[in-house]
Amino acid sequence: MASRKESAASGSNPLDTPVKQIQIDGLVVLKIIKHYQEEGQGSEVVQGVLLGLVVEDRLEITNCFPFPQHTEDDVEFDEVQYQMEMMRSLRHVNIDHLHVGWYQSTYYGSFVSRALLDSQFSYQHAIEESVVLIYDPIKTAQGSLCLKAYRLTPKLMEICKEKDFSPEGLKKACIGYEHMFEEVPIVIKNSHLINVLLLDLQEKSTVADKHELLNLSSSNHLEKSLQLLMDRMDDMSQDIGKYNTYCRNLSKQQQQKQQYLQRRQQENAQRQSRGEPPLPEEDISKMFKPPQAPARMDTLLIAGTRGVNGRCSPSIKRLFLPA
Amino acid sequence: MVSHCLCKRPPTSARGQQQESHGDLRSLSSSLFIIILHFLYEVMAVHGPVVKIHPVVLASIVDSYERRNEGASRVIGTLLGTTDKHSVEVTNCFSVPHNESEDEVAVDMEFAKNMYELHKKVSPSEVIIGWYATGYDITEHSVLIHEYYSREAPSPIHLTVDTALQSNKMNIRAYVSSQMGVPGKTVGVMFTPLTVKYIYYDTERIGVDLLHRTRASASRTNGLTTDLAQVASAAGRVQEMLSTVLSYIEDVLSGKVMADNSVGRFLMDLVNKVPKITAEDFESMLNSNINDLLMVTYLANLTQAQIALNEKLVVL
Repeated sequence: MASRKESAASGSNPLDTPVKQIQIDGLVVLKIIKHYQEEGQGSEVVQGVLLGLVVEDRLEITNCFPFPQHTEDDVEFDEVQYQMEMMRSLRHVNIDHLHVGWYQSTYYGSFVSRALLDSQFSYQHAIEESVVLIYDPIKTAQGSLCLKAYRLTPKLMEICKEKDFSPEGLKKACIGYEHMFEEVPIVIKNSHLINVLLLDLQEKSTVADKHELLNLSSSNHLEKSLQLLMDRMDDMSQDIGKYNTYCRNLSKQQQQKQQYLQRRQQENAQRQSRGEPPLPEEDISKMFKPPQAPARMDTLLIAGTRGVNGRCSPSIKRLFLPA
Repeated sequence: MVSHCLCKRPPTSARGQQQESHGDLRSLSSSLFIIILHFLYEVMAVHGPVVKIHPVVLASIVDSYERRNEGASRVIGTLLGTTDKHSVEVTNCFSVPHNESEDEVAVDMEFAKNMYELHKKVSPSEVIIGWYATGYDITEHSVLIHEYYSREAPSPIHLTVDTALQSNKMNIRAYVSSQMGVPGKTVGVMFTPLTVKYIYYDTERIGVDLLHRTRASASRTNGLTTDLAQVASAAGRVQEMLSTVLSYIEDVLSGKVMADNSVGRFLMDLVNKVPKITAEDFESMLNSNINDLLMVTYLANLTQAQIALNEKLVVL
């Protein structure tokens, strides 16, 4: 068990993060599953807040509560007030009321978005150790609980702080899409009493009647994942096209600047020879406004969504069983 | 139970046929389950609505018991859920601070109302259907609290969870109250027990299965397992079930056990489930499926490599 934890940790960058491992209570897992199951069927995303505490280099998540859905006709609903009231009430019953992160459900792995980045940045800025738990209900329904914890890397935090999303800024920081999020290994922990409860449940409840894990026909999920991947690729190619035109415009502008400078010099030389005062050196930069550099952040975000691989591997393993 | 044996929709294309055959393999294992169920099912007959509990509620109750204040011997709280004609489904709960002493009990009703409002914002379909208390017995205070809750909901359910493990088991019982006594004179309240069932959503069951595995480890922790291990364990489970059924059949054949007609019918369903495909067809279907998956994996890796290259070139 311990060796697996270490090997999982070395998969992500061994940075000096304050959080090396996440310990979740079984109760939190059940609550997240229930929240999605009941409220998440229509819309894509359900969200909620994680509560817990930090112990040495572990982040313990001991409870959570869900956020209501945002509806357009709910103008007077105040998120902050809801959160404050919830935390105050939970404090009365001795539940840890420290915010340590938030969770979100995802649709086929397309959770990397600007909104996620902003939220996680604000959380991580306020609380050093916060994480975002991504729960994938579709993959879970296929047989194995899919819960991942992500944090922003320090590099990305700096960039978000300066809000410098231009290509130069990103180049300086050498950020590739792999360095945006780091995954933190998760461990589930149950207290003794809960173990007793689980034993009791196992005796009394009926055996599961559907073994989704052994289901060989996963092609409709595969189709949807591929479709999403194609959409992302389209977005990305559009973005890259924009970036290329920007580069071309920039180089054209450089050339024009050079030509202008040369002409200026020639004219100045001529004027000097004629005895006239030289033309003032105009501010070149005012004349040639540099074209807008498109924000590269979205491209990076798009590149971050690559979940198709993970979806294929269990299907392949299943198929090899009868072979 | 019979509904699990129903076949899938008729195939519309070759692809659909492939899917159906794979789906049948899955329902094959489900009918195996039913046979096992027949051996193990036990029935409790009581009156009143059936109480269906989700494991979230129980885990929540245990957790609030563990976090109780110093000196409190038990914890109470509100149960939320939905009701219909014959059953009550408990899907959520929250604990309510209360003080209990020898002769009086005080429940923070404001708190209960507030929490209910907050919860309603998230899931508007849940209503108060009763309350819970930890501990084995029903005390006189319970009667008072039950009265309060009967103002909030019609015929509330009272759930007790024995966290002190008095009988070496966590007795989870549900009660509904009814009047008793001599009419005209003192009227008392009697708590009649109800059947308790545990129901899960599919994903919940998978979550609970994962939680079960923490029991095995000494430090009570467990990482999320890899794909291959899970597929292997699922296959192992099916194998176990098959061996149980086989040993039963052998017993019947050798005359040790009386043949049971209903089990025989299930067995016939099981055998009929195996789709009638020739070996070559099956192999070709399997191979084409594997090829599809391999192609998708290849494409995904290709795009990943392309993106990585792009990044490197930009940074140069």
